[in-house]
Parts: sequence; structure tokens; C-alpha cells
Amino acid sequence: MALTDPATEASRTATRPEKGRSLWTDARRRFLRNRAATAALAVLVLIAIFAFGGGFVAQYERDYVDFTLIGINASKGVPSFETGHYFGTDAEGRDLFARTVQGTRLSLLIGIVGSLVAVVVGTLYGAISGYLGGRVDSVMMRIVDILMSIPFMFVLILLLVIFGRSLLMLFIGIGLISWLGMARIARGQTLTIKNKEFVEAAIATGVRPLTIILRHIVPNLLGIVVVYATLLIPEMIIYESFISFLGLGVQEPNTSLGSLISSGASQVLNGGGEPWQLYFPLFFFVATLFAFFFVGDGLRDALDPKDR
Amino acid sequence: MAVRSTFRAASLLALLATGAMAQATHPETGDPLAENQTFSWRILDEVPTLDPGLIEDVDSGSIARQLFEGLYNQDAQGNIVPGVALDHTLSEDGLTYTFNLRPEARWSNGEPVTANDFVYAWRRAADPATASPYSWYIDLMKVAGAAEVVAGEAAPDTLGVRAVDDHTLEVTLTQPIPYFPQMVTHYTTYPVLQSNIEEHGDAWTQPGNMVSNGAYVLSERVPQERTVVTRNENYWDNANTVLNEVSFLIINDENQGLTRWIAGELDATDVPIGQFPRLKEEYPEEVHAVPNLCTYYYAINVRPDSDPALLDVRVREALNLAIDRDVIVNSILAAGQLPAYTLAHPATAGYEVPEVPIATMTQEERNTRAQELLAEAGFGPEGEPLTFEIIYNTDQAHQQLAVAIGQMWKQTLGVETTLANQEWQTFLDTRREGNFQIARAAWCADYNEASTFLDLMTADNESNDPRYENPEYDALMEESRTAADPQPLYTQAEEMLARDMPILPIYFYAKDFMLDASIKGYAFENAQENWYAKDMYRIAQE
Amino acid sequence: MLTFILRRLLVAIPTILILIVISFVLMFAAPGGPFNAERPLPPDVMANIEARYGLDQPYAVQIFNYVKNIVLHFDFGPSFKYRDQTVSGLIAQGFPVTLTYGTWAFAVAVVFGVALGVVAAVRQNTWVDYLATGSAIGASVLPNFVLGPLLVLVFTLWLGWLPAGGWYGGQWQYVILPVAALATSYLAAIARIMRSSMLEVMNSGFIRTARAKGLPMRRIILRHALKPAILPVLSYLGPAFVAMITGSVVVDVFFSTGGIGQYFVNAALNRDYSVIMGVTILVGVLTIVFNLLVDILYAWIDPKIRY
Repeated sequence: MALTDPATEASRTATRPEKGRSLWTDARRRFLRNRAATAALAVLVLIAIFAFGGGFVAQYERDYVDFTLIGINASKGVPSFETGHYFGTDAEGRDLFARTVQGTRLSLLIGIVGSLVAVVVGTLYGAISGYLGGRVDSVMMRIVDILMSIPFMFVLILLLVIFGRSLLMLFIGIGLISWLGMARIARGQTLTIKNKEFVEAAIATGVRPLTIILRHIVPNLLGIVVVYATLLIPEMIIYESFISFLGLGVQEPNTSLGSLISSGASQVLNGGGEPWQLYFPLFFFVATLFAFFFVGDGLRDALDPKDR
Repeated sequence: MAVRSTFRAASLLALLATGAMAQATHPETGDPLAENQTFSWRILDEVPTLDPGLIEDVDSGSIARQLFEGLYNQDAQGNIVPGVALDHTLSEDGLTYTFNLRPEARWSNGEPVTANDFVYAWRRAADPATASPYSWYIDLMKVAGAAEVVAGEAAPDTLGVRAVDDHTLEVTLTQPIPYFPQMVTHYTTYPVLQSNIEEHGDAWTQPGNMVSNGAYVLSERVPQERTVVTRNENYWDNANTVLNEVSFLIINDENQGLTRWIAGELDATDVPIGQFPRLKEEYPEEVHAVPNLCTYYYAINVRPDSDPALLDVRVREALNLAIDRDVIVNSILAAGQLPAYTLAHPATAGYEVPEVPIATMTQEERNTRAQELLAEAGFGPEGEPLTFEIIYNTDQAHQQLAVAIGQMWKQTLGVETTLANQEWQTFLDTRREGNFQIARAAWCADYNEASTFLDLMTADNESNDPRYENPEYDALMEESRTAADPQPLYTQAEEMLARDMPILPIYFYAKDFMLDASIKGYAFENAQENWYAKDMYRIAQE
Repeated sequence: MLTFILRRLLVAIPTILILIVISFVLMFAAPGGPFNAERPLPPDVMANIEARYGLDQPYAVQIFNYVKNIVLHFDFGPSFKYRDQTVSGLIAQGFPVTLTYGTWAFAVAVVFGVALGVVAAVRQNTWVDYLATGSAIGASVLPNFVLGPLLVLVFTLWLGWLPAGGWYGGQWQYVILPVAALATSYLAAIARIMRSSMLEVMNSGFIRTARAKGLPMRRIILRHALKPAILPVLSYLGPAFVAMITGSVVVDVFFSTGGIGQYFVNAALNRDYSVIMGVTILVGVLTIVFNLLVDILYAWIDPKIRY
């Protein structure tokens, strides 16, 4: 355990932004050179504009049921500019445009919160476990094994029963599960990174373990972390509809892409129903995922310290 | 339709492989019969059990009805017809039934079916050691000593059922029940073979072990995939049984069930909500809607500690009036359901739906009246704003109704609603504990008589989730039990419910299903949906 | 290495015990119970049933008895919901099903995922990369509850080639659609992790040296790059393999395969305590075993790793 001189520590912190800035400028330049990634980023921005600004364009409230359209959806609830139902109506006779806007907004939030938790908690947990190794690693990883195996539904049901339903509980439910896979991946990568020369050099010069993890290990994990985080986004969006099924989380009249897609899919895919009820929400889901994936890959390439 | 026939060909091949013989024409109707005499039926989930003494659900009952035969069967209209019993005599006081059993009835291992098999089965069902969730059914039949046996206060052999000789069964009741012969068509009363159960223990219901006395025997059981029963050669009426094999396919998702039906992989499946009108157009011959003895309603929490607004009967009445049942049954469900303003299902045997005032009003009149009532109570647009929460178990159909009803209240009365879905077990718990304002509920008949519905609102009924407690109502129901004609009492009871409004009846169920056009003999008019595969057959199609 | 494995196996025992206790506590704390129904059972009847299944005992005794029966008799008890079945029976019937389609799906996902990932990395930021990444994503972008019905729509209703459901002992035509529905969601993940880590390896010093020496590309990739690049994928594959062979609730429910994937949700919804415990222990054991296997492979691929 090296004692740190507060002065050097302060100067070190002070120099960080400068170094960071050049690293980030570099990364930005490389990211913008990647055409697929920039196009995907543009798509993401458009989706975000839709999700947060679409409400101003919608002609109807998302919970308003048009009783004149219920049951005769197929003939009257079709997407149309004249009726103001741009995306048609859903099975309950509500405006699908307003619902898709709100659902996209919520699902974006869920995907981002879920992967943020995974990135922060999972990466740190995995890096610490892998770096410290030995008994600590063994205990920390057995905890992950257990959490991966427990009947998670009961955790969600208990959250509902004890705390009641709210958006916060939904995020907690998502966050609790999202970081486990990330932790294992980060730990596995750390095992190989910690044998690299630059880490050994840092250890030899007496840098504190936490500093080594934050300064040397985590930056080298970023590539895989970014990629895995984008993989989590669709998983979390779908997972949300399951959590809502249990009663924790999104409740009518609020909705999410996951529940819009599943109710659309059940209506459409045996040849009947109203196809737009599936296609509009599915389009936004697919577009979001493609965009996130390409942005993720672009970010990874841009952040790769060796890729110059 | 083109797709359906290709798969037909495949199943025909399978049939030839089994070497089943074709019959030319049906013995009674003279219809030309198909070579392939199989039938497949969708069920929702793996059935909990095939042990008649333990069964408590409809799907298990449907399979057990093919495997076992009770004292009486039902015909396609739900009337009783001889089963193992040919007939019965009733004592003067109406308390002792003596059944004459068919001497030629056989178990699938060739042993004769005797009165002792019934005595054993009934005692076993009531015995606490069996731990049957349906042991209360024996008590419901008012068999002497049943309550004490179930409670563990008396030995099972004190039950009021006795084998006079091998083919005479005597049952003693504690009070006369006019519909007792109807009740012995139920699976809990099916005979079981003591030697078979003792030989295999809990595993006696596995294929290969099970000995049964119905038209079919259990041949295959793959959990969560399918259960197959095949012809019982030892069945007394085997000569008149046409279908050789009945498969029960487990398909959890009703939309997937429909897809597989369209693909020709099965003969019968349920119609998913909202699909009925389209299917009616595409498959007019094969889509069916029949009454189903269940009532859908919203329970309003009227416990003393409930929301004061809900304790005001004017508010409850306003909510009731503002629900446009016609939109619900014609536009949302649109599959043969009926609007409900009272509790008991109209297809219930010997029951006449009383005409309550709301039933004859137009929806405009109802809405105006509802607005008046709410204003009178000091709520609504000019008064105090109201917000209620509707809880329901997670399901697309329940959600659709809750959304619509919430909007009807909002658009007509200015009452806001929030919706809260819960997973089934949490929902049951919440509702039973009374932690709700308005809860979705439904009740299905246990037996074909109106008291199965109306008993629900008596103070000591455990499913009285609104906690409606009215001694007058309880007295009416008590009186109806022994009344020669209970209908006037039932009318009074329904009127009392319509006045006090602890529940908002919404609709009477219909069962909607697809049935392949070649399958004949299904019991469409049997309100309890008790169908017997031995009465069904597949006709040849050109 | 051998002592490492032995130590890990030894640690597995308390891990499983903790898993059992936590799961029981969660189950008991959740509202409802296996015999709750729309129509509440009369108290006498309920008491009879609870006595029969030992649910009238104190919680600690129930947990103790449960563990005791497993240790002494390898008996996981009867299912509470499916009263004709035992937990061992349900798993013995359903696990081979998910093992079959899960293993196939795993093989498909790994082969195509790794191949696409490598190709994309080697041709980084060219149309080959975009095509490979794009098709990997395209395959998995549909949630499997949309993909399942879509596959059935195409292959059953339109083409009439494959049946829409059932298992029938695992005949090939019943296996294909479940494999397709399950494999795709993992394929993209594997491809993208592979691409990412392959890029990192390709940019590292020793590969650059090898390229500078003029070694053929194919040889560099197969001999030198693939092995270190596969490491992060392995970390992902351990839990993924367990998830795949224990099935997916969507696949099992949708295709009526009879696999055990559905019990993870249905048994919990039914509060079928014994079945929940059975599948939980199964997943726990498999997770421990395969994570151990991954760690062993790690040490074998990268001998510098010490645990």
C-alpha cells in the first residue's frame, strides 16, 4: 500500500482533463470518419426527436379511446392523415402514433438506464474481481453465479409488493439483472490485461490498486464494454415487457415498444388483424437497435487505444 | 384452406401406419366416415392430474371424461343419460338414492365395474389423506357424513355411500337435493379401481399403469406437449365408439393455437380475443360460439374501510350505468357474449334472468341517469373529482376491457381511472385481502344451477371479494336451498344485488372455438361443455 | 490446476446451499402459494393439502427437509401443480428437449457468429464489415416472440414445409424452427463481441510483427489471432450456453416443445415451489460448472493467467 501525497494526487487529477481532451478529440475525429457510425448516430438523433417531440404533432391523447373505431379497426382505424391517426389505431381504439411516441421514449430510457448500470456496476465489479484475484475473486464471482441462478421473478414480485409500482422500481428491476453478464466479461478481460507490461510497471512503481483499475484496466476494457452495452439495449427493452407483465413498471395507459410489439405480433402473425399495429412499433425498435449497434461499433473503433 | 389439406394427408399416412380399420358409415346418422378416426383438441397447459379424485380444473376434467365413466353421462344437450348406472330409485323422503349398475360394465383390464369401485372412489375423494382440492364436492352433494370426513372428524368409511351388492349402489343424503342426479355426472364421482391405485401408488395415472372404465385408455403422456388416449376395447359400448384416438395438444399461446389449427395440425382450438369476426368470415362453417356458464364482473370494495365515494351507492350505480355493455360485447369481444346486468348466467338450467331496470334503458338514458346520480352524490365535473384504480390479472382481454371501461367512465362521468395489472397469484392475494377499489373478477358454474352463482354474494362465501354482507340476502339464499321452486327467491336476490351493487356485472361468457368441419357430434348445446369423444366422429370429405 | 479445480468444486457446495436458501426465502416471501386459486379452498381442505406436502412445517424445517431428501435420496419431491408428476420426472422429460435444441442453436450461433465477427474485423470499415455486421444484427434484431410467429408464418402457413409446433421425440422437422428462433438472438452478440476483440488483437504488437514478416493473412488469423481473440467471447459463452440448453420460455411456450425453459416462468407464476427449486438448482449447477470450464479454458489459452 503506497501512501499517496495529496499534492501529487491533486496534480494528477488536474492533468487528467487535458489528457482526456486530446484523447476525446482523437476519438471524435475517428468516429466521424466512420460513415456507418455517423449515419447511425443521425438516425438515433431522429428517433430521439420523434420520441421527445412527437407528442406535439399527435392529434390525440395516448389514452383516448375512440369508441367509434373500436372493433372496426380494420376498415376505419387504418393509418391516415385525414383522421389524424397517422399510425392508425391500436386494438383498443387508441391513437397508435401518440402511443408509439410515448413507447419509444420510455424504451429508449430503459435501454440506456439498463446499459449504463451494466457499464458502471458491471465493469467496476468485474475489473475489481479480476484484478484482485484469489479469494476475493472467488467470492465475488460465486455471488454472480448465485445471482444468475436465483428465481429472479420473485425478486421482481417482492419489489412490487413491498415498494409498489413506479418507474423507479422498473429501473431498479432492470438494473439489478443487467450488470451480471458484463461483470463476467470484464473480469475475464481483466485477467489477461493484468499480466500486461504496463500494468506490471504500474504495480512496480507502487500505484494503488484502485488507481490501476481505473486508470489502466478500465480504459482497456472500454472496447468490449461499449459493444456489450449496446447488446444489452434490446435485451432490456424486451425484458421490460416481462417486468410489466408481473405488474411492476409500465402500466396502462403508458406503454413501451416491447408491449406494443407483443400485442401487435399476437394480432397480426396468423394472417389477420391490422398489420400496422405491429409494423410501426417494430420499425422504431429495429431502427433503434441498428443505430445503437453501429454507433457502438463505431465508438469501439474510435476508443481503441491501439488502433491508430 | 389449401394448407389445411396438405397436413391432412400427412396425418392420414400416420394413420395407415397404425393399421386402424375404417368404418364405412356412422351407425345412427349414416354419415360416411373418414378412414382417419382421430381427433385433436387444444388445451392451455399440462393438466395437473388425471386422477378423478384430485381433479379441479376443466381441462383435466375433459380428459378424465374420456377415460372414466361415472354413474350418469350427459347427452349433447346436457341431459343425463345412463352411464355405468342404468337408472335409480329415490326414497320417499328424498334422502336415499339407489342406483342400478350396468352388469356388463368393465374396467380396461377386463374386471367388472362394481358398486364397490364407486364406494372406494367417493371415500377416497373425501379422505383427508388423499388431500384432494375438490373433496368439498362430496360435501356439496350433501352425502351423509361428508363434512365430517373432509374435516378429519370421522373415518372415511362413515360416508353415506354403500354397495348393497355388486351392481347396486346406495347413497344417503343429509338433505334432499333435486339436482343430485345431475351432480353424479361430475368427474369427482367417477369410479377408480382400488387394486390399481394400491399397486402403483402416486404413479397410477401414468400411461401403462392406469386402468380406467371409460371409452378410452391413456396411451401417451408427454408433459407440456401432449396427452393421447386410445380406444378401450373392454368398454361396454365399444362397438358404438367411432373415434379411435383423441390427442390433447398443449398449446399455451392461443394465437399459436389458431396458427396450428389453420395449418391443420389440430381439429379444435380457441378463438383469440378480437379474431372472431374475421374468422367468421373466413371459416364460417368451422367457427363456433356457444354459451359458457361464466359471468364477468367488476367487484367493488364495499368493506367499511373502503374509499368513502365507493361506499355511496349512487356512485356505484353511476359507474354501473356508464358502462356501455353493447360496445363491449359487440365491438370489443364480438364473439357471442351477452351483456350482463345481473349475476347468474342465462343459460343456467331452470333459471330465468330477472328484468332489472337498467337492462331496459337505452345507453343515452343510462348515461344521463349516471351523470345525475354522480352529481347528486356531490362528485363528478361539478363536484369533487374522482379517481379509481382498477386491478386485473395480466391478460390482453382484461386489459382491453379495463381500458375501455375506464374511458367510458372518463368520457361520460369525468371519473379518472388508473389501471394496475398484476401477476395472477399477487392479484388473488391483493383481491382477497381487500387492497383494491375495483377489481376484475369472473365466476364459472361449479354445477348447472343458479345457486352456484348467487351463493357468491353470501356473507360467509370466501369468494365474496367485495365483502357484501346483507343478512336479508343470506336468508333468501338459505331459503332457496329447500324451496320447491327457487326461481322467485333468485329473482329477489338478483334484484337486491342490482339495488346494492357490490358488483358491476359486465358480460356473460361464450366459448368461441374453431372445430374442423369433418368432426361431428360435438356437444354444442351442453352449457357446461361436457363433451364425450365416444359420441363424436369424423366424416369422410370428398 | 488440479487443486484449483478441486477447490472450485468444493466451493460449489456452499454456493448451491446459499442459492437454495435464498430461493426459498424469496418464494416464501412472495404473495400467494401453490394451492391458491380463484375459488379459495375450504380451510379444512387446505389444511389437508398443506399437511400432505409438508407446507404446514416451519420454513426452516421445510428447507432442511428439502436438502436432506436431495442429499440422502436425490429426491426433488413431487410437483405441487402437476400432481401426477415428480420434479425429477419433469426435468428428465424436458431437459433432453432443451438440451437438443439448445446445443444445436449454440453450435449455429457460435459457428456463424465467430465467422462473421472475424470477417468483419479483418475487413474493418469496408462494405464486407458492414455486410457481415449488418447481417448478424439483422438476424437477431427481431425479438424472438416476433421471430417465432414469423418463421411459422413463412415455413408453415406459406411454404408448408415444417410443422408449427410439437416435439414428437425430437424428429428433425420439429427441431429446426426452435433452433432458428433461439440461435439468432445469440448469433449477433457473438459476432459483435468477436469482431471487437479480434480488432484489438489484430492491432496488437505481435500480429503487426507477424504481418510485417509477410506471413499469409489466413495463417496469421488461424494460428495467432483467433486464440487470444476468442477469450472475451468465452466469458460470454459460459452463461450463454447454460441459458441455451436450459431453454427459452418463448420457444417452449410457442412451439409446445415440452422443454424445461417454460418452467422458469410458469412454475414461478404457479408458485410450484418444488419445480422452481428443481430448475433453479439445475441452472445453478450448470452455471458453476460452465463458468469453471471457461476459467480452465482461459488458463489453457493464456498460460499467464493465475487465479
